This record gives sequence, C-alpha cells and structure tokens, in this order.
Amino acid sequence: MEVFVQQLINGVTLGAVYGLIAIGYTMVFGIIGMVNFAHGDVFMISAFISLIVFMAITAFAGMSGGVVFLALLVALIVSMVITSLYSWTIERIAYRKLRGSFRLAPLISAIGMSILLMNFVQVAQGARNKPIPPVMRDTINLFERNGFQVAISYKQVMIIAVTAILLGIFWYVVQKTPLGRAQRACEQDPKMAALLGINVDRTISVTFIMGAALAAVAGTMFLTYYGVVVFSDGFTPGVKAFTAAVLGGIGSLPGAVLGGLLIGLIETFWSAYFSIDYKDVAAFSILAIVLIFMPQGLLGKPEVEKV
Amino acid sequence: MMDAVEKPVVNWGILFKDSVIAAIIAFGLFALMLGLKTDQALNNQMVLVGRPGLLAAVVGLVFVARLMTGYWQASRAGRIAPAKKTSSSAMMLKIEKFGLPVAVGFLVAYPIFVLATAGPQGAIKWIDNFGIQILIYIMLGWGLNIVVGLAGLLDLGYVAFYAVGAYSYALLASSEPIKEFMAQLIGEGFWQVWAFWICLPVAGILAAFWGVLLGFPVLRLRGDYLAIVTLAFGEIIRLVLINWVDFSNGYAGISSIPRPSFFGTPFTAGEDGFAAKFGLEFSPIYRTIFLFYVILALALVTAAVSMRLRRLPVGRAWEALREDEIACRSLGINTVNTKLTAFAIGAMFGGFAGAFFAARQGFISPESFVFLESAQILAIVVLGGMGSLLGVVIASILLVGGVEVLRELDFLKLYFGDGFDPAQYRMLIFGICMVLMMLWKPRGLISAREPTVFLKEKKVVSSDLVKEGHG
Repeated sequence: MEVFVQQLINGVTLGAVYGLIAIGYTMVFGIIGMVNFAHGDVFMISAFISLIVFMAITAFAGMSGGVVFLALLVALIVSMVITSLYSWTIERIAYRKLRGSFRLAPLISAIGMSILLMNFVQVAQGARNKPIPPVMRDTINLFERNGFQVAISYKQVMIIAVTAILLGIFWYVVQKTPLGRAQRACEQDPKMAALLGINVDRTISVTFIMGAALAAVAGTMFLTYYGVVVFSDGFTPGVKAFTAAVLGGIGSLPGAVLGGLLIGLIETFWSAYFSIDYKDVAAFSILAIVLIFMPQGLLGKPEVEKV
Repeated sequence: MMDAVEKPVVNWGILFKDSVIAAIIAFGLFALMLGLKTDQALNNQMVLVGRPGLLAAVVGLVFVARLMTGYWQASRAGRIAPAKKTSSSAMMLKIEKFGLPVAVGFLVAYPIFVLATAGPQGAIKWIDNFGIQILIYIMLGWGLNIVVGLAGLLDLGYVAFYAVGAYSYALLASSEPIKEFMAQLIGEGFWQVWAFWICLPVAGILAAFWGVLLGFPVLRLRGDYLAIVTLAFGEIIRLVLINWVDFSNGYAGISSIPRPSFFGTPFTAGEDGFAAKFGLEFSPIYRTIFLFYVILALALVTAAVSMRLRRLPVGRAWEALREDEIACRSLGINTVNTKLTAFAIGAMFGGFAGAFFAARQGFISPESFVFLESAQILAIVVLGGMGSLLGVVIASILLVGGVEVLRELDFLKLYFGDGFDPAQYRMLIFGICMVLMMLWKPRGLISAREPTVFLKEKKVVSSDLVKEGHG
C-alpha cells in the first residue's frame, strides 16, 4: 500500500510531463494530420534553454533559496518563448511547403528535422550529460507505515501544480477565445475555415507555438526533476508522449493528458513491480498494441477512410 | 512578345527588412544555444562559456543567405516560366537505364583500380571504408526500396531486420554445440570455415520470418501509423537485445564471430590459408577484396530481384498499392498479402546485409542497430528517389562516402582549432539533406519512372504527372 501510494505520486509526476508533450503531438495531428516527429527534440531543446538560463542567473546571483526559485521561473518563461520560436521556425521552414505534398513527405521532413535538431544540440553544446545543481531537495512526509515513508517532494508538488495551472489556461484559450475557436474550426475543415475568413496559416503557426510552449514547460520540469539533460533526451520521451497521445485518442486534448498520465503510471508501476530494464519495452509495446487494436484511442473519434 | 516583359524591379527596402527580421529570428534561436556553451570546469562544476564570435558569424550568415535568396526570388518573379521540357524526365530515365550498368562496371573494377593506384597498404582503407561501407548501405537501401519505394510502406524499423540477420549469423556461427556437432558429423574445423556460407541464407530466412511476424499485425495501418509502429518494433528488438543478456550478451555484444572464407579456404597466414594455397604473399588485403566482391554480389542480387519483381504481378500490385490503396482494394487485390510479401522480401535482404555486416566486423553489439541507422537508410532511399535503383547508389555514395570524406578532412583543424572534428557534423548534414530534399524534390533525385504496363507505346511518367497516393 505504501509503495503503491509512493509510486502513484511518482507516476502522476512523470505523467504530467508526458501529457504536456503529448498535447503538442495531438494538436498538430488534429489540425494538419501529420506526426510532428521533431516535437520530442523541441522538448529536449527547451530543457537545454532552461539549463542555460538557469546557469546564467545562478552564476551571477548565487544559489540561495529565493534566487533558485526566481531563476527557475525566469528559465521557464524564457524557455517557453524561445522554444516557441524554434517550433514556429521549424513549421515555416520544413512543414509549410509540404502541406499539399504526398502523405509521407511531411513525416520524412520531420524525421530529418529531428535528426537535425538533435545533432545541432550535440555540436553546439557537446555530447556529455549536462547536470544542474540539485534544487528543491526538501520533501513533505505524508505518512509513515511499517517503516516505509511516503513522501512527496517540493519538485513533484511544483510539477503537478504548474501542469494543472497551465492546462487550465490552455483549456480556457482553446475553448473560450476566438483563437481557440479558429483552431477548432481549422481542425474540422481548413478549407471552410479559410472561406469564412480565418487565417489558416496563422492558426497553424499558433498551434505549433502553443504545443512548443507546453513542451517547454515539460522540458523545464524534466530538467528540475531529473537534474540532467543530454542531447539525445528528445527521442524516448518524445515517443512515449506520442504513445500517450495515441492512447488518449489522437486529436483529443483531454485524451492527451489522460494518455500521458496513464503512460506515466504504467511506466512507474512497471519499473516498481516488474523490471526496470524493460520499462521502455513496455512503453513501446503499448504504442504498438494501441495502434494495432485501438487506433482511435480512448477518447478519440474513429476515423473514416475517404477516397 | 518576350521583350515586353519588364525587367523585374528588386525592392531593396523590403528585401533588407526581410533579412533583418531573419537575422533577428536567428539571433533569438541561437543566442542561448550557440552563444553560450555549457562546459564542465576542472572542479567538475558546470560553467558557461560565451561564444559571441560564433553567434555573430551565424547570425550574419543567416542575414546574407536571406538577402541572397530574396534577391534571387525577386529577380525571377516577373519572368515567364519557360515551357516545361518534357525531355527532362525522358533523360532521367535514360540516365537510369545506362547509368546502372556503368555504375556496376565501375564497382566491379573499383578494387583493382584502387589496388593499382594506392598499393596494397593504402588500398585497404579505400576498399574497406569507402567500398564495403557504401555497398552495405546500397544493399540496405535497395532492400528498403522494395518496402518504401515500390510498396509505399514507410518502414522506420528496418534496422530491426538488419539486427536479426546480424545476430542470427553471430549466434549460430559462434555457437559451440553446432560447432561440435558439425565437427563430429563432417570434420574438425569445418564449421569455422563454412559457417558464413551456411548461415547467410539462414539469416535471410530468419529475417524474412520476423518480417512476416511483425508485419502481419501492423499492415492494416495507414502510412504514418505504420511508420510509428515499425519504429516501435525496431526499438523493442534493440532493447531486448540490450536487456536479455543470456541470449545476446547485452551491451557487451558478441565478439570473435567467424570470418567468411574463400569457399572453404580461410584467409589466414597459415599453410592452408588463402595466400599460401594460391602462392601469394600473405596480406590482409585479399580478405578485404573478397569481402568487397561478396557484398557487391549480394547487392546485385538484391537489385536483380527487385527489378524482376517489379515486372511480376506482385510488383505491379506493390506499385498500384503505393499509388492508391482504396482503388487496389476495390479491384480485388489482396492488400495484406501484397504488403506482407514486400515486407518479408525487404526484411530478407536486410537480414543478408546484417549477416554480412557481422561477418565483416567480427563483432556486433546493439549500438549498431539504433533508430538513427534506420533513419539513415531511409534517407538514402528518399534522397535517391523512391523506387529508383540508381538513385540509391548515388545517395549512398554522397551520404556515406561524404561522411567518410569528412573524416579525412583533418586539415580543417588548422583553421578551426584542435577541437574541430568534421565527422561530428555528419548526422547534422544528414538531417539538413533530408529536409531540403523534401522541400526541393519530394520524389527524390531520380523521380521519373518507366511504366511496367503500357498501351501501344511506352511513355515516360514524369514525377509531376504522378498523382500522389494516400497509402
């Protein structure tokens, strides 16, 4: 029971990170029907940007408690802005021209973009693991039974709280603002939306920006949670987040969050109760099984094949 | 009249503004990522090192590049596009038709040519690093071409079959029980010498079997879902190879895999070795040359099979499937079986290439079968022009050979400092090539194709006329 509760906390934390990345996949897929393979690497870049900003601030202002908190906040905001710029640029350069091209062209371009980003970071920042000094190490003890302490760390509280707040804001933007309405319209029928005066190109750009901003939140959280980032970190979390998006039903925003939580929980429970070696195998197997047997996911709409 | 067309006016003001915006965006993108480098100081603390020079150079480069492309676009804006030359795709086909024999002839003569010019010592590097390395990728490219180019199934896990082939050969050839059994059955030393020739077909068959096994459940999926599932399978196989230590020896890999023999004569320095038997002085070059011809033969078999298959009903079904799956189904083609054959045959050639790879290296580990390898093979097929055999050759030479050339560019260290390693840019260049190729020519370098079925007269199908399918 104690182990279960502890793993539940860890799983929800991890799931929050996956859910945030998964939203980027699911929104882009919903609006232009492509798998944005480079999204995982955008997430990795955001972690690097946070790392650099955090280091730059703490190098001048020291590592006292208040400064660390402020530095993380600034790192989060700067990372969100610059990662959005990355995503916007990627869409402009690599995807926009291919929108009318044959089906696999955007996917191949995205794979190329993913390789490009990963190796750009490797060349620019080096291939080693980049650690940050441990921050927010304190934990809150929830309860203790049979000598096992169930604790939640401030980091985890922060990750879950920030994720919840941002998801709330994001939900509001998509459901209540003209921008969100334009987005939903483009998702349903881009041609009709264009006829009704919606700037489809701009709406798609905004979609990429929003996805990247949420990925940047995930990246900053990932960095503070694990305390280390490396240039190849985009791939596996990226695939897992895509799994989450598919599991929840691709195109569905609540589905992405639900899928992220499920994947996070499955991964932590698998590591805790079965074997830690095969945790990635479990995630990839879920991806394959869901795609084969349940391609519409938990909350998605079944897709009708059209001529 | 042509003269009436005004000379296009280049609006320098707008152009300049665009370039400044591009430079500002570039500054935003690179200020942190390139301008500051995270480094480990001597006391293991992380420090930031500023690189303002590099940042300024990159931003300046973006500015100039935007200015130049903008000028180029503006100066062409008023021009009337010349009538499309229909001969360009016909010419492309001619290149394909005559280029292939020329390329094959060149490849056959290559080791002899290198040997004559570089001498036995220098030749090993050229034959091994350039020749064999490129040929392995040509073979993999041709194998994947069946799946991606002909059948239109985007397979991101092709490296799985490469791994299956490599591990089947490595495990079978270095297994003690089989060796002992063969020693009792035929004679001592038999397995050591003949292992490659016996295991090569077995590796291919096992890979094909895995192709069917993995393909069967996933082939109902459409394009990009299929791609992601094959990626997942590729990763699962690699992760199992890493974690199932009893079976595959995990990260440590399998070493001292038996090397191929010259049909029973090993390439050793001993008395019954190749050199002694043919009255030659012992040199490792013979093995290298022999390996070169083995992989050349394997690659040519792949090419021949895929060329013949294209003309068979199954090959036509593949190409039809690539263009329009729904139409195929309504015409009564069994899409699952058709896809499955493409998957299995492609996998089989991947398995052959894997077995050869294991025999050539003498050592394999899961590190060789990462996703990037799949992406690299896919890049070769895509860049070459999906479905084109010659395109794969050109793309392999450019990409793989280009990487090897990068390794040779050590003199650049004189200009960029000691830490400059050209080889680390190879995957970066790979990625850029993939993106640019999709933007410039989504159908690849050689994109025209000869129809396999025609009425009365053979007409070339230019890539712009082919309506893209929804497979």
